Amino acid sequence: MTAPEKYVAAAYLVVFGVVLAYVLIISLKLVRLEREVEELTELARRRQARTEPTREATPVG
Amino acid sequence: MVAAVAMIAYVAQVDADQGLSQKIFYFHVPIALTAYACFGWGAWKALLHLWKRRDGADLESYVAIHQGVIFGAMTLVTGSIWAKISWGHWWVWGSDQLVLFLVLFLFYAAYCMLRFSVEPGPRRANLSAVYVLFGVALIPVSFMAIRLANDLIHPTVFTTDGPQMSGRMFATFCVSWAAMLLLAGTLYQVELAGKRLDSRLRELRELLA
Repeated sequence: MTAPEKYVAAAYLVVFGVVLAYVLIISLKLVRLEREVEELTELARRRQARTEPTREATPVG
Repeated sequence: MVAAVAMIAYVAQVDADQGLSQKIFYFHVPIALTAYACFGWGAWKALLHLWKRRDGADLESYVAIHQGVIFGAMTLVTGSIWAKISWGHWWVWGSDQLVLFLVLFLFYAAYCMLRFSVEPGPRRANLSAVYVLFGVALIPVSFMAIRLANDLIHPTVFTTDGPQMSGRMFATFCVSWAAMLLLAGTLYQVELAGKRLDSRLRELRELLA
């Protein structure tokens, strides 16, 4: 590999590396957001279960 | 992006003067122009925030500037690599174009620090918007510096007579630039969607707490 080839490859690898790192950071953030959505859904379910009035079965007729 | 890389490798001729190292041009210049576009877009959103008080314009402005800083960093790194092979130095302080771009980059990098040093709210949004609008004046200065300085270090490729390159080289440059704009646009949308989702989840957490 000649010197110009090395420099050109380095420049292109920098761009590729930065984009890859960016995508990785965004994907990690998405994983965190997904986890938060799950936590909030669970919290909302528990709250609903607590506030919902308990119904007793009554004979009809 | 794949089409751009293929065109750089197979369609654009090797430059007679600089040789293979000139191929960095097809990424370096589109990245720099995309950084300018991101800063300009961020300034437009900042103006919309101050002028029309549009909801979400502040966040859009921040994301655009953040993209611009990332593309600006890539411009500086790829430019340094090109400078090393072409001029024998990683950086030339005598070139106004380089120094002005560095000033522009540092100005917007400082914006990110300033933004996170203020409590979230209308005050931070207004302060950020004003700061971004101050910086927009540097964009044309940085862009025109290459022509105003005439330092003969940094070559002027686009003159009033048109692009100083062959048709195939120009076509490759245009495809690379379009690819870079598309990449920036996609990353902008993804980051913006993530930030909006984050803020809505925070709101929801406060409501449920």
